[in-house]
Amino acid sequence: MTRPLIQYFLALVLAPLLPGIINRVKAFFGGRRGVPILQLYFDLYKLVHKTPVYSRTTTWLFRAGPVIGLAAMLCVLALLPFGGRPSFLSFEGDLILLVYLLGVARLATVLAALDTGSSFEGMGASREVQFAVFAEPAFFLALAALARGGGGLSLSGIFSNLTPAAWLTASPVLTLVTASLFIVFLAENSRVPVDDPNTHLELTMIHEVMVLDHSGPDLAFIFYGAALKLWALGSLIACVILPRHYGSWLVDSGAFILAMFFIAAAVGVVESVMGRLRLLKVPYLLMTALTFSILALIFQAGR
Amino acid sequence: MTTLAELIIVAVILLNLSLAASGSLATCIRLAAAQGVIAALLPLLAGHGVPSGTIVFCCAVILLKGAIFPWLLTRARVKANVSRDAEPVIGYPASIILCLGAFAASSWLGTRLPLPETARVAWIVPASLSTIFTGFLLLTTRGKAITQVLGYLVIENGIYIFGLALFVEQPLMVEMAILLDVFVAVFVMGITIFHISREFDHIDTAELSQLGDWYPKQSGGEK
Repeated sequence: MTRPLIQYFLALVLAPLLPGIINRVKAFFGGRRGVPILQLYFDLYKLVHKTPVYSRTTTWLFRAGPVIGLAAMLCVLALLPFGGRPSFLSFEGDLILLVYLLGVARLATVLAALDTGSSFEGMGASREVQFAVFAEPAFFLALAALARGGGGLSLSGIFSNLTPAAWLTASPVLTLVTASLFIVFLAENSRVPVDDPNTHLELTMIHEVMVLDHSGPDLAFIFYGAALKLWALGSLIACVILPRHYGSWLVDSGAFILAMFFIAAAVGVVESVMGRLRLLKVPYLLMTALTFSILALIFQAGR
Repeated sequence: MTTLAELIIVAVILLNLSLAASGSLATCIRLAAAQGVIAALLPLLAGHGVPSGTIVFCCAVILLKGAIFPWLLTRARVKANVSRDAEPVIGYPASIILCLGAFAASSWLGTRLPLPETARVAWIVPASLSTIFTGFLLLTTRGKAITQVLGYLVIENGIYIFGLALFVEQPLMVEMAILLDVFVAVFVMGITIFHISREFDHIDTAELSQLGDWYPKQSGGEK
């Protein structure tokens, strides 16, 4: 019982490291030294000690947004397996809850953004929801394709069922699922081909523009929730590409954390070598992910 | 080996989808060529002992589909001076959805179709049927004469893959004859496209809907 809890707290503690790694890789490609790798921890510490400022036009929805978002992410993380080891909250059908928890977090953020009455935030909310229309089915169908491979409807069951032998027999399906999950991962975390986290022009932002009016601890909740989301979706990919389990808990966990860092570095490389897509082209990218998922599901179903 | 063949099948299907989704003619030509080359690798992987005749045959197919066809088509495209894109009648998302639907339908059909017990790799029949469908889609919904040739080539790719499911031994003579036919067809069509474009200053098939000999009779003799 203690080990799943340790896994959970490890994820909570290590998650803010991922944006730091991404920034460091981007800085390396740009020939800079970059911000410290622990920068997000400093930011969170600073923000928590600030007094939030609330606009007079906002209501309780605006204050509830970050809290609900963070709470949903904490629940998501509790469902996820860690390096093939089951989580302490896993049950049959938890992958459906996972998708809905991500949806609740999105809804809370969007409502909070709309509550401010700013037209820019409304635009950001509109884009976020529009892209989610494509990203959510892709994500869900990719999980369905994995579930179809055995292990039932529980994430822990699916990933403990995923062995190197599965990669030998079902590599087309797993390749398609990995590609689809990676695109969804980039889109959901508003990384580069979809959204640029560095941009500070309200017209082009998607996620960043929705949180413009948040400050203090609320902003810290949002940053921390985003880091947890990065960890959560990344850990799904890590579980797929890292099917080998050595039996020792320490080695498995170490390999899993290394895989997470590797995925963060991969995101950094993607952000360094390509620019963001035109907003009109983003649905095409997400449709590609959806196509991959549907193909994987068809292949898995006919297997 | 079977897994590798399945990966190739997946690549063929993904190429189908990207053919349905890509807008530029040059990309379409390259994609169709890549599909032909990848499909030509299949007979080398599907069996255990590969006879030397098959290897020669595959090399011929790769040379023809990977080098000569794209070269002919690119030459026709450049000579016909086509600057604009493929101009589909239906949108790209609709094309992708149609392709996916075709793949789903053909995987259902693949389970129903009685085949000899020679299909060594699963998914050959669905992949070939959906490739043929993609070829028809290119033929019917794209408005340029070059895409008609491309659609024809994609259909040929599909038929080639289908042939792998049906025959234990590659009947070399039959396949060679088909290849020769396709080669001559692409050659002739390349020349035709060039002549069409020189005659009419465009290769838009939507405007090539009436035969010149019929036209005066139709308009004059409307009784």
